[in-house]
Amino acid sequence: MNTPFRRQFLVDAARMACGVGLLGLGLGLYVKQAKALPPVAFRPPGAGAEQDFLGACIRCGLCVRDCPPQILALAKPEQAVATGTPYFIARSGACEMCENIPCVKACPTGALDHKLTDIAKARMGLAVLVDHETCLNFLGMRCDVCYRVCPLLDKAITLEPRHNERTGKHTIFEPVVHSEACTGCGKCEAGCVLQVAAIKVYPTQLAKGELGSHYRLGWVEKKKAGGSLVAPEIEHRYNLPEGVTYEHGKGLSSEAPR
Amino acid sequence: MNANLSTNSSTSLSTNRIAHAAIAAKGRWSAHKWLILRRVSQFGILALFLAGPWFGLWIVKGNLNYSYTLDLLPLTDPHVLLQSLLAGHSPEKNALLGAAIVAAFYFLVGGRVFCAWVCPLNPVTDLAAWLRTRLGIKGGTHVSRHARLWILGLTLVLALATGSIAWELVNPVSMLHRGLFFGIGLAWTAVLAVFLFDLAVMNRGWCGHLCPVGAFYSLLGQRSVLRVTATRRAACDDCNDCFVVCPEPLVIRSPLKDGDRGVGPVILSSQCTNCGRCIDVCAKDVFAFGTRFNQSVSPLIGAQPAASK
Repeated sequence: MNTPFRRQFLVDAARMACGVGLLGLGLGLYVKQAKALPPVAFRPPGAGAEQDFLGACIRCGLCVRDCPPQILALAKPEQAVATGTPYFIARSGACEMCENIPCVKACPTGALDHKLTDIAKARMGLAVLVDHETCLNFLGMRCDVCYRVCPLLDKAITLEPRHNERTGKHTIFEPVVHSEACTGCGKCEAGCVLQVAAIKVYPTQLAKGELGSHYRLGWVEKKKAGGSLVAPEIEHRYNLPEGVTYEHGKGLSSEAPR
Repeated sequence: MNANLSTNSSTSLSTNRIAHAAIAAKGRWSAHKWLILRRVSQFGILALFLAGPWFGLWIVKGNLNYSYTLDLLPLTDPHVLLQSLLAGHSPEKNALLGAAIVAAFYFLVGGRVFCAWVCPLNPVTDLAAWLRTRLGIKGGTHVSRHARLWILGLTLVLALATGSIAWELVNPVSMLHRGLFFGIGLAWTAVLAVFLFDLAVMNRGWCGHLCPVGAFYSLLGQRSVLRVTATRRAACDDCNDCFVVCPEPLVIRSPLKDGDRGVGPVILSSQCTNCGRCIDVCAKDVFAFGTRFNQSVSPLIGAQPAASK
């Protein structure tokens, strides 16, 4: 009945929807960008997947305030981390893995999961010995700093001895990270004595490989079943001189003294 | 005040002078009382937050999105928490409790009291509006005041669609407030952008037309009790000063002017920020704070202290 009025209303509504829609599109694309946390930035302990964290964290900064070593910061708008969210950079300030986890306790929303009560169960990332060419231990020295500073000594990083082929008479103590224990605190990366760290914390999804779901480890299955699952095992026979035997783990031995 | 004999001539010389008539009639303090109290509130709140990082006096921790006072009182921005809920997160007790407290407070005193008395961006947009008046900048782009409701809707839809608190990536209000206590970075450019936008592009553009935070609080305060009321509207001499200073001039007209059509004197629009600036600048003391329930109008007789001068 009131056509000009109705037309004006529709035009206004359409204009508004288009304008706001355009804003929404821009912001939506920006959200997509913001979800890509740069690999050097890590969330405090107890943070879930980045996707969930960005919906849960209300950018209040209480974790930053309650972090005793003050390693956390809130992202500024020009930084690649989503504006206002907490993060730390392992090389410049690693997580000290406080036993009482004050940052998690301070979080009002549970973006840092309050169910995390044992800091050793935190999974912020995963350390990887990235550069075998510069790591001092790989070069045959006994640097061992990453191993020593690790809060989970002998669990998250162990030193695995192997023969030093270069000298022919020494041992290389290779630092090996164990993903079942490593929290990604970054102490090893922060402690690495090199100009650029040879051991680095990576986001777990970048650091960790995964077996295909159809893979079975024969020796594990064998242990589970209490015996070989295929043909009965044939004892391996070594072609050795008379009177000499070989046993795995013990090496060669002579049966009788000469 | 009586010593100022050149009142009349200066009125004509500086037509852009805000609250001139009120200063002449009531004195400088009365003509700026609510403005000053408002600045005290705004900067007082900032000082409370700054006392921690600057002087190690941890009365309040956090920022306007969520703060924790004296390790006792949680306060949460309900708009941010709503987005978090829509994004699919179930918050812990403190965030929910804090949002309930804040919501209850603004539900009573007026949602947009946040805008006028707390928001750190308000002094910036007020400055832009003041400069605009002083410099006589007119015109600019026009966008409906309903745009903010659309943008509010957008913030909620985006939270739902992206599973992320999207608005907080660009919200200049929280960017400024957070920046002051956690490192501002380039957030000041967003603040400058809002200032220049309000000054040159759109009168009262940000707070009055676009900001979804204010829109959210306006919805929250739909039924709020504390209201500005034009109790002595009969004394109005149509000087227009209240309309000039009001950040939401649309809210004043009907309660002030439509008495003969049976409209009560209480400004019931939820867009009113309860800033009280109209009370300040009215030389005739038409406005006062009251409640939404008290619709009584003072008769004009014997109630004009300013007129004796």
